[in-house]
Amino acid sequence: MFTARVVGDVVATIKHRDLQGEKLLLVQPVSAEGEARGKPVIAVDRAQAGPGDWVLVADEGNSAAQVLRKPRGAVRTVIVGIVDEVDRDVKKGFA
Amino acid sequence: MNFATVIGTVVSTVKVPAWRGYRLLVLQPTDDDGTNSGRPLVAVDLVSAAPGQRVFYVRGREAATALPNPENPADAAIVGIVDEARRTSREEKKS
Repeated sequence: MFTARVVGDVVATIKHRDLQGEKLLLVQPVSAEGEARGKPVIAVDRAQAGPGDWVLVADEGNSAAQVLRKPRGAVRTVIVGIVDEVDRDVKKGFA
Repeated sequence: MNFATVIGTVVSTVKVPAWRGYRLLVLQPTDDDGTNSGRPLVAVDLVSAAPGQRVFYVRGREAATALPNPENPADAAIVGIVDEARRTSREEKKS
């Protein structure tokens, strides 16, 4: 999983059956400090995320299948949560 | 899932049985704004995309499981045609 910022959305009429009815968002992977890392990717939204939200994205087929409650198919990138905070203070024990 | 532009077709008569009836297209990966990024690749076309069209594709194991017969060696598959990719907000550092 990685954290990302929702930066846009994607409209696609013609898409794979496994993507029918799913909301597709554009997510920019970010570091724990919130800085952009790499280029944006398309993710299926299953966490009711919106523009600007900091989200948790699973990028693996089996995780996607479990979240979508479907057999393994064409989906691997799914927004599975909204990040409230990432704590990286080692002194507090969150190394 | 990532953005790409279809830049060509691969003709292959002798191929894995699971790929029978599917076209292989040459993709140029792009950013969400359509500018090229990275090296072209060949992907199985599952949405009847045409040369010049903006599409999105899935990489890895999910490319294979996107086909009706998941026992195939695909590592990239086109799973949607992009109507529109909108930026709704700039990624910014969380304050």
